[in-house]
Amino acid sequence: MTACDACLRRTALVAQLAPHVERVGRDRRKLGEMLALPDERLIEALAGGRRAAVVQAHEGFDPRRARARLSAASMHAVCRHDERYPPRMLEARDAPAILHVAGDVQRLAVLADRDAPAVAVVGARRAGGDGIEVARSLGRGLAAAGVTVISGMALGIDAAAHAGALEVGGPTITVLAGGADIAYPASKRGLHRELVRTQAAISEMPPGFRPYRWCFPARNRTIAGLASLTIVVEATERSGSLITADLAQELGRAVGAVPGPVTASRCAGSNGLLRDGAFVIRDAQDALDEVLGIGVATALTGRRPEALAPPLRTLLRHVEDGRDTVSSLASTPDEAQLALEGLAELELLGFLRRGPGGHYVRLP
Amino acid sequence: MLAHVTTFALDGLSSRRITVEVDLRRGLPAFTIVGRGDAAVRESRERVQTALINAGFGFPQRRITVNLAPAHLRKVGPGFDLATACGVLVASQQLPSNGLEQWAVFGELGLGGELRHCRGVLTVAEGARSAGIAGLIVPRECAREAALVDGLAIAGVADLPAVAAILRGEPPPELPPAVRPDAKASEPDLGDVRGHPDAVRALTIAAAGAHNILLSGPPGTGKTMLARRAISVLPPLTREEAIAVTRIHSIAGRHVGDGLVAQRPFRAPHHTISPSGLVGGGTLPTPGEASLAHHGILFLDELSEFSRAALESLRQPLEDGVVAIVRSQRTFTFPTRFQLVASTNPCPCGHAGERRCRCTEADIARHRRKLSGPLLDRIDLLVHMPRPCPSALENDATTSSRNVLAEVFEARERQAHRLAGTGLRTNSELTPQLVHELVGADAAAHRLLRDTYAQGGLSARGHGRILRVARTIADLAASERVRAAHVRAALSLRNDDVLDGAVAA
Repeated sequence: MTACDACLRRTALVAQLAPHVERVGRDRRKLGEMLALPDERLIEALAGGRRAAVVQAHEGFDPRRARARLSAASMHAVCRHDERYPPRMLEARDAPAILHVAGDVQRLAVLADRDAPAVAVVGARRAGGDGIEVARSLGRGLAAAGVTVISGMALGIDAAAHAGALEVGGPTITVLAGGADIAYPASKRGLHRELVRTQAAISEMPPGFRPYRWCFPARNRTIAGLASLTIVVEATERSGSLITADLAQELGRAVGAVPGPVTASRCAGSNGLLRDGAFVIRDAQDALDEVLGIGVATALTGRRPEALAPPLRTLLRHVEDGRDTVSSLASTPDEAQLALEGLAELELLGFLRRGPGGHYVRLP
Repeated sequence: MLAHVTTFALDGLSSRRITVEVDLRRGLPAFTIVGRGDAAVRESRERVQTALINAGFGFPQRRITVNLAPAHLRKVGPGFDLATACGVLVASQQLPSNGLEQWAVFGELGLGGELRHCRGVLTVAEGARSAGIAGLIVPRECAREAALVDGLAIAGVADLPAVAAILRGEPPPELPPAVRPDAKASEPDLGDVRGHPDAVRALTIAAAGAHNILLSGPPGTGKTMLARRAISVLPPLTREEAIAVTRIHSIAGRHVGDGLVAQRPFRAPHHTISPSGLVGGGTLPTPGEASLAHHGILFLDELSEFSRAALESLRQPLEDGVVAIVRSQRTFTFPTRFQLVASTNPCPCGHAGERRCRCTEADIARHRRKLSGPLLDRIDLLVHMPRPCPSALENDATTSSRNVLAEVFEARERQAHRLAGTGLRTNSELTPQLVHELVGADAAAHRLLRDTYAQGGLSARGHGRILRVARTIADLAASERVRAAHVRAALSLRNDDVLDGAVAA
């Protein structure tokens, strides 16, 4: 079964009007209202001088061709009249008419259960090493507990959350701004391939569609709409992730944030959410307690530092305290060799990772 | 009248025997040189004529034809001046011809008749010996260099009249006294380095096993300073190595001839260098920086700034220790057994891993792509050099080149002992087959490597690299077997994720 004609027609119209949306306004609030307009009103609001042509194309729309293109791309279309369409998404007035799915449609279908938990993990593209590791560990811990991890496959936090979920075999869904069959950003094509192979990539836009700028905040409304909890890992004060958090709040969903250093501008936005009352998320356990209820599921945790031999425990504590390079841990070449040995051991045990610039990152 | 003079032409890293034939006959005065000479050979006419007159000889007012035989070989440089002048003197009967039966001559003339320093004298002397010539007359400045070849009489002379005296049968002058270069006086010392104990350690390991090393860190942390000190912890050149280095440097005109090159060469070409500048080139190829660094260190500062073509051209030299350059159906081979020390910024802004780094993942990926993969494959060690903390700058020196050199020396001895019979000298040369035969890792070390490999922390190629480095670390620790601790230290210095940080996917 595939999407109904009306929804296919609606999707084609939005895609056709995409450049007009780009021109008319960047205001995100107007964007939501705009996307909630019925077809005729939408044409009226956006098409301007090209109205006649748009109306003609709209009326002459051939759903068979749209279906043919979908099956050529081996994608599924789940429209709002489909029972597999996530009910949580329908709560948004501006919910997409169709969710196009590349990959396993079952990943989306499980969300048809109103109570199926799904957590969005979003954040900065330019994230710090800690943020990346926290996102990865959230993805891993949530997915391992069977919670669907939703994100946008952007560089940095988003991709790390997906990667973490993939480490334990999912479930995870990526929501893309352009066609679900296209890797955006292109540098994440490896991740996209893996997500489509074993998980699902979804988009409201038809296959092959190249995203306009407004498509990104529009995509964020889908992320917020699908998730029962939205976690912001790192965000500056003008971050797009805050849009996702706002949209989630408007839908009455829970919003959480991972605390960051108060002096770091890359965490100013996420810390701001905490001040405004967002849930404090320190690890996957905090997120699981929030979506499933306290103590319902236990997050997979790594080895405990208490089990380490005393010298390694000391070394680990030094790294946690910010002495994260060999030169800050040792002062002579012989000490340096001991530190190198110890760091390698901690790395192999999964406590640390050698990060950029020789700074060791504590893995959560 | 016809005269024959024996001299030698440089041809890659060897020399070819050349017979300079000088013919004088009646006719309008003329002076022609034939035999595929370059501009320096053509201009030689003016130098020879003027030098002869200024040195008090007569220049015959005859039709003079000079032929450089064999005629098919291209001949370059001013080294034929002296042979031409001697030929003219003999052909005009100002000198007896029998002197030229035992002496070959090589040198450039000044207009006053003095002999000038010339490139490639060592190679010429080697050619003379293998051609069975009894003696070689060279400019006095180059005499020590020529005298490195045994079994050949060397006459180091200052000017044309002195050459004439020898050819008349007088005994050649004594060799000039050797100037002992004060080798260690001005050499930078590891004791100058503050902080970076791990980089010093890594450099010690690199020196001990002749491993190639990459220093990664923000600008101004001392990467270049450390690299310049790498020479000071390498064992001194053996005589054989020193001769090889002298030969190359002499041919490239980098060695002002006073005997052997005493120090291992350190070459630091600028990143704008062309591929032929790096590996050698020219119509008659001359050695490039890679060969000038033979038995020494080639330092590539800001590796990512080098052109891709230049980096790619280093593949063969790094793999084989030689570079072959093909010119008009001939192949010239230059040795390039150097140790590579390279430096790079960890990301375009240089501050990767710190708060102030503003590079995106894409920037870092692009930066990484610029470092040629095949080149990185040949680098065993990666050490990060973050900005040292202020207190480290005030500390005392943690070691000195002399201490490190002693360690390196012992480690090299152990390697030589273990590798005896394989033709190899250092751990970095171990081939994948030999690694497993000769490394001698204990069970715990093997288990550790297997686990790391299984966790996906190592590539198959990285596996061999870790073993080689761990072997060197064990040699430095005077340990017969490679133990788990040695493997761990090697793992922390591994070079398979130079810029890390990118999200795996």
